[in-house]
Amino acid sequence: MTVSIQLEVNGKPVQAEVEPRRLLVHFLREDLGLTGANIGCETSLCGACTILVDGNAVKSCTMLAAQADGAAVTTIEGLARNGELHPLQDGFWEKHGLQCGYCTPGMILSANYLLEQNPSPSDEEIREGLKGNICRCTGYHNIVEAVKYAAERMS
Amino acid sequence: MYPAQFDYRRAGSVDEALGLLQEHEDAKLMAGGHSLIPMMKLRLAQPPVVIDIGRLDELKGISEAGGGVRVGALTTHADIAASDILAASCPVLAEAAGHIGDAQVRNRGTIGGNIAHADPGSDLPPVLVLLGASVHLQSPSGARSVAAADFFQDLLMTDVGEDEILTHVDVPAQSAGAGAAYLKFEHPASGYAVVGAAASVTVQHGRCTAAGLVIGGVGAVPTAVDVSSLVGADLSDDAIATAASGLDTEDPLGDIFASGDYRVHVGKVYGKRALAAARDRA
Ligand SMILES: Cc1cc2nc3c(=O)[nH]c(=O)nc-3n(C[C@H](O)[C@H](O)[C@H](O)COP(=O)(O)OP(=O)(O)OC[C@H]3O[C@@H](n4cnc5c(N)ncnc54)[C@H](O)[C@@H]3O)c2cc1C
Ligand code: FES
Ligand code: FES
Repeated sequence: MTVSIQLEVNGKPVQAEVEPRRLLVHFLREDLGLTGANIGCETSLCGACTILVDGNAVKSCTMLAAQADGAAVTTIEGLARNGELHPLQDGFWEKHGLQCGYCTPGMILSANYLLEQNPSPSDEEIREGLKGNICRCTGYHNIVEAVKYAAERMS
Repeated sequence: MYPAQFDYRRAGSVDEALGLLQEHEDAKLMAGGHSLIPMMKLRLAQPPVVIDIGRLDELKGISEAGGGVRVGALTTHADIAASDILAASCPVLAEAAGHIGDAQVRNRGTIGGNIAHADPGSDLPPVLVLLGASVHLQSPSGARSVAAADFFQDLLMTDVGEDEILTHVDVPAQSAGAGAAYLKFEHPASGYAVVGAAASVTVQHGRCTAAGLVIGGVGAVPTAVDVSSLVGADLSDDAIATAASGLDTEDPLGDIFASGDYRVHVGKVYGKRALAAARDRA
């Protein structure tokens, strides 16, 4: 059995036939070639696969592609505008918010969702907002700095 | 990690979902999928058919109803945590929902899925039992409701029948002079409660007139603690500690992270803290 899905990915309409068990992260990475959403744990714990679905941060390893039918999906590939990095991408660059970079796409999309909800979060609110995203390298300090940098530029 | 193969049906209405449940034996309903998909990936669940009810708007939302609050089964934890209606009339439910997992989990997980799955580490069951909430179920033969205290039957087992859909939960509004709190000792990786304590205290004219305490994570189902000794008492820290130390389960849950004895100990400590927080809010 396959399911027909129609959705918008980074502003572009996409139509596909998927197996019901196809996870959204595999659909994005393997069918659409959008490899920004990483697979860290596959058990819903690390947040590396975080994307936005209708504006909400979700873990794309814990969603079926079929569940995304009709949704608007944003991945890290969809954040830059006209070649200009998004303030969060710029912040991670400027504040050295990454080392290996594996967690970074998920971190940035979770931070994006956080700043939509709360445009000027405290350090503690940033840490709470990014609780679902694990970083093996940085120790988080510079990630918090990067989000604060972006929050200032976005306000 | 892939789930085993299954057929996918999306229901456009509760009636259609009920019909699909009748038609497909062993089918599973899927709401947010945040308990079911992990189980399917681990092949602990291999339903031949998944009925996606995630889009049934008729089961979403929070409204005032009959002196209480009605929460649709498909309302997400994020919406519960952010609800103005709940903040005004039942803040402890919003508090508990806001402590579930992380932001991403709260954006997908629903109250109906949370209590139908009935994980002993879930945050909402002890709170709903504390509040005396009622759970509403619909089947082809009609609708019925069951008290939250009777809804949870055993580990991952509830009163939801095979042909039933959970439609909503009714929560009584907090009475004047009442304070309530939910505190959890959470697993550092998953965010689930190792132990969660839901407490309420009502104070009228300077006297405690009612008190309740329900602990999650120590037993297969939420464990109510008899704290009636607090009624008429002075609500001192000592009185509260004595009441919370009444937590007792014959066969506490234990796992590699926390033994049964340890959970009971933490349950008493968090019970005491939750009662004290409820007192301070009353
Ligand atoms: C990483 C992670 C961390 C988590 N941390 C916590 C936590 O700290 N605290 C906590 O409480 N929970 C936690 N959860 C669980 C989360 O709250 C789940 O979302 C919830 O338990 C299930 O809700 P769902 O809508 O996703 O249900 P689903 O996964 O879709 O369904 C779960 C079960 O309920 C049944 N079901 C769903 N809806 C209905 C309905 N309307 N009628 C009848 N049956 C129904 C399904 O058939 C299935 O058996 C966590 C989950 C993850 C992945
Ligand atoms: S890969 Fe999705 S949470 Fe880790
Ligand atoms: S930068 Fe390596 S995991 Fe975060």
